[in-house]
Amino acid sequence: VSATADPLTGVWLYAICRDGTATQAPAGVDADPVRAVRHAGLAAVVSDVPLAEYGPEPLRRHLEDLRWLERTSRAHHGVVATLFRASTPVIPAPLATIYLGDDGVVALLDERAAEFAEVLDRVGGHVEWGVKGFAAPPAAPPAEAATGRTGTAYLLRRRAQLNADADRRQAAQRDAAEVHAALSGHSAAARRHRAQHRALSGADTTMVLNAAYLVDRAAQDAFRDLVERLADRHPGIRLELTGPWPPYSFVSAAPQPTERRP
Amino acid sequence: VTPGTPAPRERDALPSPPVALVDLLDRVLAAGAVVTGDITISIADVDLVRVSLRALLASVGALATPPDGTGPDAGR
Repeated sequence: VSATADPLTGVWLYAICRDGTATQAPAGVDADPVRAVRHAGLAAVVSDVPLAEYGPEPLRRHLEDLRWLERTSRAHHGVVATLFRASTPVIPAPLATIYLGDDGVVALLDERAAEFAEVLDRVGGHVEWGVKGFAAPPAAPPAEAATGRTGTAYLLRRRAQLNADADRRQAAQRDAAEVHAALSGHSAAARRHRAQHRALSGADTTMVLNAAYLVDRAAQDAFRDLVERLADRHPGIRLELTGPWPPYSFVSAAPQPTERRP
Repeated sequence: VTPGTPAPRERDALPSPPVALVDLLDRVLAAGAVVTGDITISIADVDLVRVSLRALLASVGALATPPDGTGPDAGR
């Protein structure tokens, strides 16, 4: 495949694999089929996209369109996930990493070949599991709480309720830290993502843990068992497991600073 | 452990449950290789996306999980 010189066409990057691995994948984010740009022992999996739709300006507009964002994210992930299943290991690119031609992709592979090879070695044989933790819902209020209509009774009740909320949140944070420490001890790498806002998570209570763990393929059952045991042991937190994911959270060369946000 | 986890007996059977958009965005927007394309979404853009999504979802109602069986469901 010759370098794209078309000024109206960009090259969307999905992922980087070792050359020689299967790079067939389903349709990408736009009409053009997915193909490989090979260089320096690596294969960058890309597809052509029209810059009228994927240039900086249209892209910014699209990002505010939930349907576009969902469709595009799923298409991007569809390619990454297919490569991941067929030919581990894989380095996923972030959404909307676009080059003006194949030359830019070749230059990327050329400049960072050693680093990419190292990352591929590191994530090879591993998968990513996501673990989310939510504060346990409040216990049903005692029956007497419904009575007592005087102002003082209300204030006392309200204060007790606020104290209970704070206690529950603290307990959940503590549980989250313990769970994260235990799971980190049983994975090759761990990373905490920013907690999802409740409007996005759709959960009834605050998210206190949004973490990713890089787990050896052979150790996945043990990891999942551990999550179940930890859930039993920490009633202050409700755990949710997602995965297995391609190693999105573990492919940057430098260790990521841990993101924490209550 | 709740929803995200299939029952123990099912869990060796393949496809994993469809991916929730919000979990996917954590990964495709905020993670992945540190590569700078000629065109890239900046961190500031990602934060903007988060804010506008929040506003959107708050008004539309929970859309955190993908619709059952519909959509491209590319995440399996």
